[in-house]
Amino acid sequence: MALETLIQLSLATLFLPLAGFLLLIFFGKRLQRQGDWLGTAFVSVAFAISLVILFAKLAVPETVSAGFTWATFGGIPGIGEVNVELGILIDNLSAIMLVVVMLISMLVHFFSMGYLEGDVRYSRYFAYLGLFTFSMIGIVITHNLLMMYIFWELVGLSSYLLIGHWYEKKSASNAAMKAFIVNRIGDAGMFIGIMIIFVHFSTFSFDAIFGAISAGNLPFESQAWLTAAGILIFCGAIGKSAQFPLHVWLPDAMEGPTPVSALIHAATMVAAGVFMVARLFPIFTADALLVIAYIGAVTALLAATIAITQYDIKKVLAWSTISQLGYMIMALGVGAYAAGFMHLVTHAAFKAGLFLGSGAVIYAMHAALHKQHDHDTDAQDIRNMGGLKSRLPVTYWTFLIFTLAISGIPLTSGFLSKDEILAGTLAFSTLSGHWLLPLIAFTVAGMTAFYMFRLFILTFHGEHDRPERLPLINEVPGVMSIPLIVLATLSIFVFYSFNPFGASSGWLFQALERPLSVVPEAVAPATWPVLYEAISRVHTLVMILSIVIAVAGLAFAWLVYHKKAFSADKMAAAMGPLYRGSSNKWYFDEMYEAVFVNGTLALTRISNWFDARIIDGIVNGAGSVTQGVSRISGWIDNTFIDGLVNYLANITGTIGMRLRKIQTGNIQTYLVFAVFGFLIITIVLLTF
Amino acid sequence: MEFQIFGIGILTWIVFLPIVGMLIVLLIPSDNKNAIRWTAAGATGLQLLLAVILLGLFDRTAIGINDPGSFQFVEQFDWIIVEAVPWVGKIEILYFLGIDGLSILMVLLTALISVIGVISSWSIDRMVKGYFALYLLLVTGMMGVFVALDFFLFFIFWEVMLLPMYFLIGIWGGPRREYAAIKFFIYTFVGGVLMLLVMLGLYFSVAYTNVAGEQVHTFNLLHMMNSANFVEGSIFYGVDTTWRHIAWVALFISFAIKVPLFPFHTWLPDAHVEAPTPISVILAGVLLKLGTYGMLRILFPIMPDGTVYFMYLMAALGMISIIYGALCAMAQDDFKKLIAYSSISHMGIVMLGMASLTNQGTVGAVLQMFNHGTITAMLFLIVGVLYDRTHKRGLYDFGGIANQMPKYTGIAMVAMFAALGLPGLSGFVSELFSFLGAFDAFRVITIISVTGIILTAAYILWTIQRVFLGELSDEHKTLTDLTGRELLMFVPLLLIVIFLGVYPGPAIELMNASLSHLVEFVNVAGR
Repeated sequence: MALETLIQLSLATLFLPLAGFLLLIFFGKRLQRQGDWLGTAFVSVAFAISLVILFAKLAVPETVSAGFTWATFGGIPGIGEVNVELGILIDNLSAIMLVVVMLISMLVHFFSMGYLEGDVRYSRYFAYLGLFTFSMIGIVITHNLLMMYIFWELVGLSSYLLIGHWYEKKSASNAAMKAFIVNRIGDAGMFIGIMIIFVHFSTFSFDAIFGAISAGNLPFESQAWLTAAGILIFCGAIGKSAQFPLHVWLPDAMEGPTPVSALIHAATMVAAGVFMVARLFPIFTADALLVIAYIGAVTALLAATIAITQYDIKKVLAWSTISQLGYMIMALGVGAYAAGFMHLVTHAAFKAGLFLGSGAVIYAMHAALHKQHDHDTDAQDIRNMGGLKSRLPVTYWTFLIFTLAISGIPLTSGFLSKDEILAGTLAFSTLSGHWLLPLIAFTVAGMTAFYMFRLFILTFHGEHDRPERLPLINEVPGVMSIPLIVLATLSIFVFYSFNPFGASSGWLFQALERPLSVVPEAVAPATWPVLYEAISRVHTLVMILSIVIAVAGLAFAWLVYHKKAFSADKMAAAMGPLYRGSSNKWYFDEMYEAVFVNGTLALTRISNWFDARIIDGIVNGAGSVTQGVSRISGWIDNTFIDGLVNYLANITGTIGMRLRKIQTGNIQTYLVFAVFGFLIITIVLLTF
Repeated sequence: MEFQIFGIGILTWIVFLPIVGMLIVLLIPSDNKNAIRWTAAGATGLQLLLAVILLGLFDRTAIGINDPGSFQFVEQFDWIIVEAVPWVGKIEILYFLGIDGLSILMVLLTALISVIGVISSWSIDRMVKGYFALYLLLVTGMMGVFVALDFFLFFIFWEVMLLPMYFLIGIWGGPRREYAAIKFFIYTFVGGVLMLLVMLGLYFSVAYTNVAGEQVHTFNLLHMMNSANFVEGSIFYGVDTTWRHIAWVALFISFAIKVPLFPFHTWLPDAHVEAPTPISVILAGVLLKLGTYGMLRILFPIMPDGTVYFMYLMAALGMISIIYGALCAMAQDDFKKLIAYSSISHMGIVMLGMASLTNQGTVGAVLQMFNHGTITAMLFLIVGVLYDRTHKRGLYDFGGIANQMPKYTGIAMVAMFAALGLPGLSGFVSELFSFLGAFDAFRVITIISVTGIILTAAYILWTIQRVFLGELSDEHKTLTDLTGRELLMFVPLLLIVIFLGVYPGPAIELMNASLSHLVEFVNVAGR
């Protein structure tokens, strides 16, 4: 197959979901079954195409890209014409990610047919799934920063729409809004980073940017600006991949339907940040990567400490997602590129599985509660569960595999990728002395095994909260359980590497060769051969340690929650403030609410007051002063100018009044006046 | 490029068709309301048709700006000529029309918004005759400003708009209409006086020698852009003189009031809240653009020295408008007032992009003028639809509209997300290029301005939540979805917003030649 065909094929995977979205939005309600089959069929075809792309791409070492001019700016002094291009790049990274996204999207489409049956906005839901898939593919296959940013925001939109699917609930619309705004904060940083890049290089294309930097052309001729650009662009990943300190939106996003949580808020969209760091890996300086590594580590630890105390099944999974994303980001930060990205792939399968499994549990619980006419019991609270193993066998066994995988137990996919991450962090610390990173990484590994088995045991083992409810709980239909089985199968090591204890010999690891850094040598991270050598030195140790730690975490959870050898409540009481902090998510929401939300609202009130009182006050004041001046001048006018005129008029009037008296109309008086007048005139004339 | 119909140039037709319509409206008996409405629709519809023809014939490579030879559809006649005035010489005022890449989109926008305004005015039922007569006069004024190339003519069109606008707000407006109308009038009038003073100063300063060898004083804008035409010793002679800076500031304020830029903006929220829906649409869709257009057409090329000297001031005012406008918008609980303040914020982006004097920034700014025109027109229509049905505008009066009016909600969502700058819709493209251009010139100012997109997201999404999401209250269970007439005014705007968001190339191509020339000219002449 000619490589150029891959471009057309990838365009098909991009536009098929979009076509599904448009058809469903306009005609969805008129179609049979509200068109769920249509969206699912389109995505399934796109999945098949993505498989073709993957196999065709892996067969050859070359990458292929194509673009078209989106906008042209002419005659810029010193630069000439600037073309803004959009386009596509298919390399191993995008081909692998494409399959991951399409696979999970397809499975979630099927699962949703069961989960959302009878929903008020059933066709709208499938339309939005299509919109999401379209946007996500756009991020994956793009060859430039601008298109990445465009689709970056579009996945934000579809995430907003799907979190707010049940928008009659205030909590759902709040969560949707929170997700969008928190993401926008990250995106604003990303946008500034992109501006730094574009203003200097006049291009958005990855290739051209990499080329320019490796030729020694740095933004504003400064390594510091390059580091800054990298960190700012990474801000986008902090938002989208829910990294500290912008992690607060993801747990709330669980307000959306559970299949959405599986697709968007676990497997794909939240992994977009990881994908972006992998895509831009060559431009990150050592300093930028160190920031990335520490952000990832802090996130992994913070989220794990919270996951331990949550009781909502989806919230536990949400915090574990944040924690695992932190892992991936940390891995990329320390330069363990393939390990970080491989964890994205394996995590996508088992975490989507965990969410769909939790969806199956919630679905079954819901149905049972519905039969009991119980509308008060929370179908998502694991305290209301227990003993579900017997009633939900498929869900139970698949959930077990997913839990083993996320805990990093050998023979699972999760073990392979997590082991590589741990090795990468430890190797990095031997090179750089940042020992905190591996320490956190191993701690989190143990905590993960513990809280995941806590969740598993409380949900499926022990006694059910209300024994009379248990018989009402039934296994989910095939359309929901088959996706679980597929994902469980894909959580086995063999799909990623034939050696269950070594990812690096597998095809995936081999396909994800770390790209060469393009930054100046002085600020570049340790090269892959150097890091790889360090990894080889510690690998066996890491493997043993990671197995021991994972098993210890598992065993401890088993002792506490199954054997009840220790009382969980007593431990919680002993922990006191630590327990309360964890269970309240370390009060981040309260803090942000108090500082940022209320701060902004106060600022809006101040601005509004300023506008109404000060600016309009000045305007109205000027108006009043003008009115006042005109009143004074009016008074002057009336009193003096008109006064003079009136005075004259008055005088004339007075004189007239006086003179009028002589006009009596009496002929004798006139005669007297006339005679006297005549006499006076005669005397005067004669005298002079 | 010339195009004539019955021996009269196409631009004259475009400008004066509404006046013809107005005269016909005045002849129709006032109780024949539909005939009046259809006349107005016919006049503006024909105008739009001509504008589209104009677009089809438009040559994208011609630069215009200060080059008389490359303006298109030019009509130039002597209008007022006074021979041999003592001390001054010959006086000439021209009837001089023409368009270039800077004005073509504005002409289209004006024609489009005018038609949509008429459709939206169908529901006006009080003193229909007077309303449409004034409306059509207003349209002529707006269109005239965008095609005039003689300062005197420009000024006349500028002032012609004032009167109908005053009455349209003052008579057909809301409860505080008189306050709002007077405030609008006085604000704009102050701007007009400042413009008049600068215009006269320029007139006395500029003289060219005609073919007959006479010194001719002129209002021709293109002659004013040539620094060689400034008479030595005249008030605005020289570069960066105090008088020139004073003139720059005066002219800037006269345009900034129209934009409106902080701190000259407080007429806008009042005018918008009180104006009837179609007038708000015109106000936001076209009138605000006159300010920024005037800067690009007159202020920048005639006083490039002042423009370069004050560019940080312009950028700072743009930045303040972006942030401050967004903050004020968020504080509102009146839907219409919120959109009014959002206009201030979005026009701040135009200012920021222009101030950068870069190619992308300027192209982004003009595109943002167009996009803000279409998007905000939609937003005001959206408020109008709800207001027509419920006579309420409070953001807390609604909730759950999404379930009751799905078509309306779909369109509103597109418009709101376009205002929020969502990629794929037109607002994003113009904001993107405005910011990119601005960042080239001002780093800190642009970085602060970019945080405005977070605030914008916040107030838009909060509005969506309060109006469209949540539970529907019982009193709104009888609301009907959009009628055919209402769809007719939304759909064209919607298509434009989506098209320019997906593929802005053609629109950028229209103005690229003119604006890159303008940027180069100002940078060379001003530094």
